Amino acid sequence: MEQQLDVLVDKVVAELQKKLAEMSKQTPVQAEPALAVQESAVFADIAEEEPERTANVPHPKWEEGLLELLESTPARIGVWRTGVRPLTRTMLQLRRDHAAAVDAVYGEVDQALLEEFSLFTVETQYDNTENYLKRPDMGRILNEEGVRLLQERCQMRPQVQIVVSDGLSASAIDANLRDVLPSLLDSLQSYGLSCGTPFFVKGGRVASMDHIGELLQPEVLVLLIGERPGLVTAHSMSAYMCYRPRKGIVESERTVISNIHAKGTSPIEAGAHIGTILSKMLEQKASGVKLVL
Amino acid sequence: MNLKTRVLGETYQFRDLKEVFAKANEEKSGDQLAGIAAGDSRERVAAKQVLSDLTLSDIRNHPLLPAEKDEVSRVIEEGINEKIFREIQNWSVAELREYILSHEATDSELKRISRGLSSEMIAASAKLMSNLDLITAAAKIRNITHCNIAIGQPGVLAARVQPNHPADHVQGIKAAIYEGLSYGSGDAVIGINPVIDTADSVKDILLMTKEVMNKWDIPTQNCVLAHVTTQMRAIRQGAPADMIFQSLAGSEDGNRAFGIDVALLDEADDLIRKEGTSTGPNYWYFETGQGSELSAEAHHGIDQLTMESRCYGLARKYNPFIVNTVVGFIGPEYLYDSRQVIRAGLEDHYMGKMHGLPMGCDVCYTNHMKVDQNDMDNLGILLSAAGVNFVIGVAMADDVMLNYQSTSFHDIAAFREVMGLRPAPAFEKWLEKMGIMENGKLTALAGDPTIFM
Repeated sequence: MEQQLDVLVDKVVAELQKKLAEMSKQTPVQAEPALAVQESAVFADIAEEEPERTANVPHPKWEEGLLELLESTPARIGVWRTGVRPLTRTMLQLRRDHAAAVDAVYGEVDQALLEEFSLFTVETQYDNTENYLKRPDMGRILNEEGVRLLQERCQMRPQVQIVVSDGLSASAIDANLRDVLPSLLDSLQSYGLSCGTPFFVKGGRVASMDHIGELLQPEVLVLLIGERPGLVTAHSMSAYMCYRPRKGIVESERTVISNIHAKGTSPIEAGAHIGTILSKMLEQKASGVKLVL
Repeated sequence: MNLKTRVLGETYQFRDLKEVFAKANEEKSGDQLAGIAAGDSRERVAAKQVLSDLTLSDIRNHPLLPAEKDEVSRVIEEGINEKIFREIQNWSVAELREYILSHEATDSELKRISRGLSSEMIAASAKLMSNLDLITAAAKIRNITHCNIAIGQPGVLAARVQPNHPADHVQGIKAAIYEGLSYGSGDAVIGINPVIDTADSVKDILLMTKEVMNKWDIPTQNCVLAHVTTQMRAIRQGAPADMIFQSLAGSEDGNRAFGIDVALLDEADDLIRKEGTSTGPNYWYFETGQGSELSAEAHHGIDQLTMESRCYGLARKYNPFIVNTVVGFIGPEYLYDSRQVIRAGLEDHYMGKMHGLPMGCDVCYTNHMKVDQNDMDNLGILLSAAGVNFVIGVAMADDVMLNYQSTSFHDIAAFREVMGLRPAPAFEKWLEKMGIMENGKLTALAGDPTIFM
């Protein structure tokens, strides 16, 4: 079963990569200068994020041994010291990584990205970031305007409902959506599944899918949401999936793929994988611990 | 029992003790989330005023969570020494605070009245204390414990080396242990949070840490912070564990959410005494932290400070070697910013010490809190001044497995140097033998992890 699934995922990914490669060949250089700048900025950001793994101990007892230690763990070891304090570079590295994590929490998802995928925005009752952090309950319910927008603009009772939310990391959406969403849509198409009207939830928590489920009554729902940022990466995204989401769903009834980012689960593969899982959910009419993958 | 007072021309009437306790707290986002916090500073001070006049017997006679309904309450109630309680039962909470802070009340007097106090009474005294009160009171109490070595002596600041690895790779864990030891950390424990909660994996890590300890003759103790049942399985399969670990909550429901109850803790206690590898007589490592009961919806409408104090009431039944509050791990919905985290760290340390516990603190934060490394510097120094038994050492404070920041090996060396503190005596001797430390100062060798290769 698992092998079959892997084969399927591989197929879809291969298809998609072919397509992407073709697309990049076809795209004239001058066509979208704004986008090109943006993309290279993203790459530069990712490159900068690579921790500078240099051994700073000036006269280690065993030079090669030190490199061996560094290779064995991503922990910040072999950093050396001045007196009892860290070296300036090490200290600034830590501050820089923390800044990226804080930016992810307080940042906003790029509006152009949402427009690119025709995602309209609804808000939860979170009101502001401080409140969002203090009151997780408010991030689980859409505000009145949001409810009205969904009723007005969304297809009711879709087979698959896709929802995107900033959650605890707006930059996770910025960094991954462009890869995850097309591969997810492709995957759904290859399974012959139909998709409702996707949208973006500002200030959403995972359980906002229950409220959305009540409103739109999809068969299955996937929520792509930014994770709590760490220092290794601030761009990690999760996909929470649920069969017939509604109020009172418990955590164990949700299926999740976490750690979606360039250095974790590859975003393109994740998109394809989500499609496969959603089709299994529809087949088995179950999700979470009840779902057999 | 009077629940009414006037503050700045306004009358405040509180419903019950639970409300007084909650509203007398300093501002915490967790109490606000629970909907039980004071509405403003006036109401807060009114609650403190009412609390200050209540007597210790008022508190005992009006239990916040009755012993019939909760086994943690039963453990606390059964632990009270009746003779000592009778001597102080008519004290108001104000008098208790003043006694604790008085020059007459030294270490041994405080240890004596501690036996007559419930966790709720200790929590009540914390609610009437300023940050400096909490530091002054705690600094008088030295709770010395012994596992393989003794820690907690006056002038000693010990440290846990926390060498976590995102995939439990034994070599990677070992690398971070070497780094920590080379900075003089590791006297409290070499303690690993595993990713994989299986007996085999726990056993592998315990074996590796024991091997390192034996090879270099390191006077310390090892521990793998898996669920207690997993550790028990590993120990029964012959894994060498000096201590046994568990996270605690302050209510029976909260502990159920952690997958434990008192019977299970008793069983684990029995096992570690019979099959642990250390000298003892202290074999436990407990962790706590404000907010865990609310997050499990097991707080019974009681404020997070009082629930935290009840964790210590449960912990003291087992005479642990170390206890620490993981103060900033739980997130901004319980402790929003540095002000709240610093306050909670000082409260927890004081309350633990008043319970007679060997209190440490994981001075830490997650990235979605309004806190940064400077705040950790501050809290670390404040706790060092308050006589904290140990803090946590993580390479450059960045835990690559748990994804949060704590204090670093550098920080521990700095706390010791600035505050005139030393490692545990047995461990310091070893550091000297290894050439890492001389006269309480790190040598030129310190900071080179390859000396252990």
